[in-house]
Amino acid sequence: MQTLYLLVPIAPLIGAIVAGLFGRNIGTVWSHRVTISLVFVSFIASLIIFWDVLNGNIFNGTVYTWLVTGNTSFEIGFLIDQLSATMMVVVSLVSLMVHIYTIGYMQGDPGYQRFFSYISLFTFSMMMLVMSNNFLQLFFGWEAVGLVSYLLIGFWYTRPTAIYANLKAFLVNRVGDFGFLLGIALVLMHFGTLDYAMVFEQAPEMAEKTVELIPGTSWLIITVICILLFIGAMGKSAQFPLHVWLPDSMEGPTPISALIHAATMVTAGIFMVARMSPLFELSDVALSTVLVVGGITTLFMALVAVVQNDIKRVVAYSTLSQLGYMTVALGASAYSAAIFHLMTHAFFKAVLFLGAGSVIIAMHHEQNMEKMGGLKRYMPITYWTMFIAALASAGVPGFSGFFSKDAIIEAVAFANIPFAGFAYFCVLATVFVTALYTFRLLFMTFHGKPRMDEHTRSHLHESPWVVTLPLIILAIPTIGAGWFIGPIVFGDYFKDVIYVLPEHPAIEKLGAEFTGIGGMMVHALSTAPFWLSLAGILTAWYLYTIRTDIPGKIKAACGPIYTVLDKKYYIDELYSWLFAGGTRAVSTGLWKFGDMKIIDGLIVNGSAKLVAWIATLVRRFQTGYIYHYAFTMIVGIFAILTFWLY
Amino acid sequence: MLFGFPLLSLIIWLPILVGITVLATGNDRNAQLARWIALAGSILGFLVAIPLYTGFDPATSAMQFVENRTWFERFNVYYHIGVDGISMPLILLNCFTTPLVIMAGWQVIQERVSQYMGAFLIMSGIVNGVFASMDAVLFYVFWEASLIPMFLIIGIWGGPNRVYAAIKFFLYTLLGSLLMLVAFIYLYQSSGGSFFIADYHQLPIPLNAQILIFIAFLLAFAVKVPMWPVHTWLPDAHVEAPTGGSVVLAAIMLKLGGYGFLRFSLPIVPDASHYLADMMIVLSLIAVVYIGLVALMQTDMKKLIAYSSVAHMGFVTLGFFLFNAYGIEGAMVQMISHGFISGAMFLCVGVLYDRLHSRQISDYGGVVNKMPAFAAFFMLFAMANAGLPGTSGFVGEFMVIMGAVKVNFWYAFLAATTLIFGAAYTLWMYKRVIFGAVASPAVERLQDISRREFVLLAILALAVIWLGVYPFPLTDVMHVTVDNLLEHVGNSKL
Repeated sequence: MQTLYLLVPIAPLIGAIVAGLFGRNIGTVWSHRVTISLVFVSFIASLIIFWDVLNGNIFNGTVYTWLVTGNTSFEIGFLIDQLSATMMVVVSLVSLMVHIYTIGYMQGDPGYQRFFSYISLFTFSMMMLVMSNNFLQLFFGWEAVGLVSYLLIGFWYTRPTAIYANLKAFLVNRVGDFGFLLGIALVLMHFGTLDYAMVFEQAPEMAEKTVELIPGTSWLIITVICILLFIGAMGKSAQFPLHVWLPDSMEGPTPISALIHAATMVTAGIFMVARMSPLFELSDVALSTVLVVGGITTLFMALVAVVQNDIKRVVAYSTLSQLGYMTVALGASAYSAAIFHLMTHAFFKAVLFLGAGSVIIAMHHEQNMEKMGGLKRYMPITYWTMFIAALASAGVPGFSGFFSKDAIIEAVAFANIPFAGFAYFCVLATVFVTALYTFRLLFMTFHGKPRMDEHTRSHLHESPWVVTLPLIILAIPTIGAGWFIGPIVFGDYFKDVIYVLPEHPAIEKLGAEFTGIGGMMVHALSTAPFWLSLAGILTAWYLYTIRTDIPGKIKAACGPIYTVLDKKYYIDELYSWLFAGGTRAVSTGLWKFGDMKIIDGLIVNGSAKLVAWIATLVRRFQTGYIYHYAFTMIVGIFAILTFWLY
Repeated sequence: MLFGFPLLSLIIWLPILVGITVLATGNDRNAQLARWIALAGSILGFLVAIPLYTGFDPATSAMQFVENRTWFERFNVYYHIGVDGISMPLILLNCFTTPLVIMAGWQVIQERVSQYMGAFLIMSGIVNGVFASMDAVLFYVFWEASLIPMFLIIGIWGGPNRVYAAIKFFLYTLLGSLLMLVAFIYLYQSSGGSFFIADYHQLPIPLNAQILIFIAFLLAFAVKVPMWPVHTWLPDAHVEAPTGGSVVLAAIMLKLGGYGFLRFSLPIVPDASHYLADMMIVLSLIAVVYIGLVALMQTDMKKLIAYSSVAHMGFVTLGFFLFNAYGIEGAMVQMISHGFISGAMFLCVGVLYDRLHSRQISDYGGVVNKMPAFAAFFMLFAMANAGLPGTSGFVGEFMVIMGAVKVNFWYAFLAATTLIFGAAYTLWMYKRVIFGAVASPAVERLQDISRREFVLLAILALAVIWLGVYPFPLTDVMHVTVDNLLEHVGNSKL
């Protein structure tokens, strides 16, 4: 079994190395054959491991010792339990589908082999992240997926927007990682180890201990640690106010938007917080912070999605909002619901993104939905799979997204920590908005009259099988993954992994009411989310298929609000002025004034000049003319005589 | 000593002898011969250093491979050499770097080839001598001697403003070292006439004298590291130095300063070290934050990397004065790793400079279109410079931050800003130089790296990844020595 554990990350790593270093020698076909088969190996191994874990075989062990310092040993190791096994299956499945899809999407691109190398490298990094049994390896995976994301956003490196976006993504993530690393440092300091199991074991003893970070204030150590760790999660999972990089990351090729910026990498933060539940549970302040950040992200990012016209940007903002849902669930101590939504979202969002990519190929890389319309006729498979994903996204009963999202909303209603009310309002209001933007996308793209030019229209056709097959395969869990809510969220599937204090009984209360998926669907008919979702779909249908003139009028009538949403609350402008501009100004000041004027100019060269000046002065006394010396002698004799005489 | 064989002497004198042989090949008609002798000698120099690692006993903090011969009997000066877990990795780093700089100057240096190659070999031997000396006079002789080859390298094969840079480098470092000599003479007197460094470690010294000695050492070592605010010679020296000179300067010469703190300041004057630790930490943090910011706005690639060196060396001095194992071992790892990374970064800039004869960032853009293999290497080293886990750049910074948080959360907070600034200045430069569309006809004509350049960069790439993925063998050899040092520093000598 342990060989199998190793195989899961190593297989894609080998694929990445082969395609990356020898891609030119083996050609395009063999590059994708090698990488795809190795990711397939990883997927099968993940399935076997998943099955093994279901049979109760948990593994926690070391692979090798990274280094030893002081009396701490830092190790690379695996923790294979329900949480990591679930993540491994989701990651390898979506990754495999995206690998296959890429054959179609990246056909003819000069960087074809490089692309396969990157996505395989990503799979390796993500596996290292989820399989880790300690904070150090978690951080390694964390930054490694960030690196691959950076490389892939800037994949088309001649585009100025792409290389702007990838630098921005990396730096914003680094701000999060800054907090994350400090959190890890505090964990090491107070627990003396970075091993999960040992840290969690000691956590209850740490619950009451405080620390004075700013003299005179007392902080629970656990609160400080959790908030710092959560800052890391905010960067990686693009939560407000560190969300700014995700929409721009759409500059990357669509397959990676699906794999990295929707289904897997961005959920690393959610995964991490769920993994750290024994710590987060001990701090209500941290949980409230998580709730508020998640709530803001959920609602406000969903609103932005409504006004976007770029098909990928709509899905990107939708991702932000859905990540907000997961974050809210974490804050409400509904960790299992968060992970469950992570899973269903991975499937339906992957379908939405890959479907959007399929549309983009058909439209000859046109992404503006205003130039689409009526595509349903030309691309039936893409349409129907996206339709299913849209239903799941909007939370229509029966589809996967319904179960996970409904569980989150209900759990927040039961949550009893501060700001739960605010978060509940956010997640509830967002149900309507989600249905609206999702179906707006669907109707604008696939329904109504075709708005593209004649040339494009005449070439419209369904994408090749390598593109549609992943869509179909992923559509299956998009429908059915939700049906497992009973055991996963309310059952004892996560009972040894996720730790919830009795004081945070949201999931427990919800579980008590749960009577099976049929009962959940029937119950939903009498609750607000269902009707809000239905209202959203109907609104979208009315505005974008029946009365297509109304959206323009609304836009005109709500000018300022529209502008604010269209400009994404001016956050990008603020950041680039304040942080980018501010840092550059300070840097220039320190360099030109501090370093060049004061240190080098005044002190270093100044002292050299001083020596030179004194030397010049002294030199004047040594002119070499005899009459100068004679004159000085006479003056001297006079002076001495005068001194003696008086 | 291994089977009675003077291995350490061989490691010191072999490169010097080969260097003299290279000098003897004379003028540039024999340039090719000079190059090959130099390369063979430097590789041999590395090979003979390997037994130093394989034969090293990591279980003891005592000096190993010791040789002791009388030099000036009257003043108790001995030719006394040996290594421990702190100096041994640095000697290996030095021997590893020398063949690389010989190869780096293979084509680009066409004038006075034998002198150029000879200077590097001689310097390599001298630096090994600095790290191996157990006698203060011997140490001082090697220490000052190491200035001469570097002075010549900058002054003869440097850029347009080379004379200013060379003199600034020389005066700056010489001035610092003179006070160290004064400190040695004081220690000689008060120890009753011994130049044996280990005697000084045991010598009780009153606090006010300790502080003066500390400051004398500080001036010598801080200039070398360099610490803020005595760092301004470094950007000038780097900008003017030829590529090989920059590599040795960054990878090796700066480490002399760091080594000095560990061998002299901490063990000889532990009470003063504790007394002044806060000041040292603040200076180090200024180096990390202030210099990190200064690096951001540089328009010259070499200056940018020079400033980034200062910021990274800030982690080294920060680690020393945390007085815990994470800090000191992290600082050691950081020194070795910085040797690989800064060397590689300067080589990368050298690769570009050899082709376009410009170091200005604005003269480049879109290099990846023409030099994809080079861009891949540069990416790896840039990420290592930004401290990405999995590369050596992460290990030292991680350990020092872990050590800093134990002392004071805010030290760690300020040190950790390197995660943001380090990434910002490195990747912003990378973006402007490498990414984008081809920016100019000159870039359009660029040729990708040659086989020689490929080998150079590939060796460093392997080193950077190896140390990042598996640093255990490195920290393993220094453990006992560092523990012993920490215990020693913990005891007051008043």
